[in-house]
Amino acid sequence: MNMVFIAVTALVILSLVFGAILGFAAVRFRVEGNPIAEQINALLPQTQCGQCGYPGCKPYAEAIAAGDKINKCPPGGEATIQALAELLDVEPEPLDAVEGEKPQMVAFIREAECIGCTKCIQACPVDAILGAAKQMHTVIVSECTGCDLCVEPCPVDCIEMIPVASTLQTWKWEHPLPPGTLIATDRESLS
Amino acid sequence: MNTWPIHPLHGGVHPPQCKTLSNQQPIHRAPLSKHLIVPLLQHLGSPTEARVSVGDYVLKGQLIADSANLISAPVHAPSSGTVSFIGPQAYPHASGQLMDAIVIDTDGLEQWCALKPLAHFSQATAPELLEKIRQAGISGLGGAGFPTVIKLSPAADKPIKTLIINGTECEPYITADDVLMREKATQLMVGIDILQQILQPENVLIAIEDNKPEALAAVRSALQQRRYHVVVIPTIYPSGGERQLIEILTGQQVPSAQIPAQLGILCQNVGTVVAVYDAIVEGKPLISRITTLTGQALHKPMNVECLIGTPVIDLLAFAELQKAQLSRLIVGGPMMGFTLPSLEAPVIKTSNCLLAATAAELPAPPPALPCIRCGDCAEVCPANLLPQQLHFYALGDDHPQLQAHNLFDCIECGACAYVCPSSIPLVQYYRAAKADIREQAQKLAKSEHAKERFEFRQERLRLEDERKEAERKARAERLAKTKAEQAKKAELAQAADASGASPAATPEDDIKRLKIAASMAQVALRKAEKQLDIHQTQELQTQVDQLRVAAEQAKQALDVANAAAPASTETPAVTEKAAKPELSAAEQALKKVKIEVAMKRAALRKAERNEADADTLAALQTELTTAEQGLAELN
Repeated sequence: MNMVFIAVTALVILSLVFGAILGFAAVRFRVEGNPIAEQINALLPQTQCGQCGYPGCKPYAEAIAAGDKINKCPPGGEATIQALAELLDVEPEPLDAVEGEKPQMVAFIREAECIGCTKCIQACPVDAILGAAKQMHTVIVSECTGCDLCVEPCPVDCIEMIPVASTLQTWKWEHPLPPGTLIATDRESLS
Repeated sequence: MNTWPIHPLHGGVHPPQCKTLSNQQPIHRAPLSKHLIVPLLQHLGSPTEARVSVGDYVLKGQLIADSANLISAPVHAPSSGTVSFIGPQAYPHASGQLMDAIVIDTDGLEQWCALKPLAHFSQATAPELLEKIRQAGISGLGGAGFPTVIKLSPAADKPIKTLIINGTECEPYITADDVLMREKATQLMVGIDILQQILQPENVLIAIEDNKPEALAAVRSALQQRRYHVVVIPTIYPSGGERQLIEILTGQQVPSAQIPAQLGILCQNVGTVVAVYDAIVEGKPLISRITTLTGQALHKPMNVECLIGTPVIDLLAFAELQKAQLSRLIVGGPMMGFTLPSLEAPVIKTSNCLLAATAAELPAPPPALPCIRCGDCAEVCPANLLPQQLHFYALGDDHPQLQAHNLFDCIECGACAYVCPSSIPLVQYYRAAKADIREQAQKLAKSEHAKERFEFRQERLRLEDERKEAERKARAERLAKTKAEQAKKAELAQAADASGASPAATPEDDIKRLKIAASMAQVALRKAEKQLDIHQTQELQTQVDQLRVAAEQAKQALDVANAAAPASTETPAVTEKAAKPELSAAEQALKKVKIEVAMKRAALRKAERNEADADTLAALQTELTTAEQGLAELN
């Protein structure tokens, strides 16, 4: 009986002590924000285009952390879905977008037609459009994320999205065929 | 024989040299082409901007393009003539993409612009010499094409101790440096003197592979009393790679992601050194280079001194190209060069060799077979990497592992692919993987940047909203305050009225207030009367009576005030203004009473028509009579 009493007392004391430590740690070392949302946000392309239905990448990251689907980001494309699937350990799904994956775009303002209404400037999530009221506007190409949020508000339709041209600096060597795969002409010459 | 100890290099291969094809003849001068295509980017760094426009006449050696950017090299007109086009032109690059270029239609006069040689360079300071080298547009002629002046300006805390002049030329077929050393050894020596003067290194090493005995002899005889070490190194590919040559000559390995200058070592190609000589001693900018024309598809392979911008097709015609035999044209050597997609492309500062190969000479690679893990590639890798591991990681796009296995230390020499029994195009995998990693890094950097800007914008909008909200609040508070003050004033005025002495309220204010009160009472009365007309209840009746009394009181008060107003002598204007309503006040009162009487009559008639009860009718009747009496009194 005495043994049982000692054991129970010891366990109660231990649980109280650890409970106090855990309680203290929970308050003292509390993590600000949602760490998984931060990690997801780091994988998103940060175009802030809102094509996922959320007002920016961070809200979408938070939504994913809360259980939303990972395939709603057209600018990120398959690569982002793969990365997210890996991070969250879920099955990658095909991209949920009408037009599928698009090449990297950049906004272009036909300056002669611009009336200087500043509507696109207000729409740009990354301040990549330069201009003032009744002054011609232009896009700072290096800052443009290609989100196309500026196209819709333009009252004179002078903004178009053009694919980013491949230059010598952005040109890439092609991946060779994996070993064992033959292209048609090789197969013919071998046979 | 060597006065300098050399060290063994890990790996390396011995591909067939094929150098005798082109090094049996002296350097020829290539004929002047009709059009020279001078690309705006011929070096590693920022592209230049054209400083001439279409239609301009340019002299040989005249500056035609420059950049404000530090890592860049100006471009000069290779010959005299007229600028006929500025825009995208064929460019020697594996992608076959076009590049902006200045096209010069040559006039055949070869008229030089005024040159400013510096014959007594020993009296010039290092910055003067460096500026001259920069102006001459010299970038490395060995292959990479990094602007020479940047390499020659080391950090102040890391002085160059060892200057290495690279005359190894290890790649098969290429003999441009070989013949250059044979024919221009004297200029080479003076060029080294200039570099020596700029950098003040402890040692100067001239490295030449032992397969170039003629060049070696020429350099040795040109050396004279100079205390430079001519170091003969064994022929092995790729001993001419910068890092490999440093390892052979000093035994030191340049750490990953660092440059040799951090070890106090600087490498310069012999061709670059001769270009420095031309720039300083003769004042000539870099407008020509020695290029090897070789390969079995050429009838007369040789080395030519050709102007930058000469179309490749012109040079091949000069070397009598057998078009039918040409299987592919490679710029650079067979190991590291690339197939040129268009023969229209020009020779640029970095084009050291044009290899017109026949199908038998350089057969198309057989289809790749799976890796058998033989390990030959690891044995020949001069950078001590594990090519087969890299290959598997590249197949699986495993970028973290690729980086952990130091993919970026790969110099893409092709030794691994050369020995691979499965004919796997290993270098192609590495190049593609490197490009992918670089692109992802760029994307990441861009997305980080966009995120930063987005967050900054959100913060800015939030602050703006806050400011607006604060302003709105302040405005509302101000309004409430002024209202309260007015209310207080009105109260005070009323209090003063009640006490009979109102110093604050002026007569006009009083009249105004009274007028408003009177008209408000009138309106209330009229509304109540209308209600009464419709509903005809006792309560409404009493209400109407009360309101009528109130309205009358208000009117009386107004009349009193109006009567008092003319007596006030404060301002004549006000008095006059007030007098007018006073005059008409009596008439107005009369009118009002008349209207009242008429209305009452109407009300009585209405009540009669609606067959109202007798009480109401009687009440209305008495009212009417009193009103009529009042009217009679007034009249």
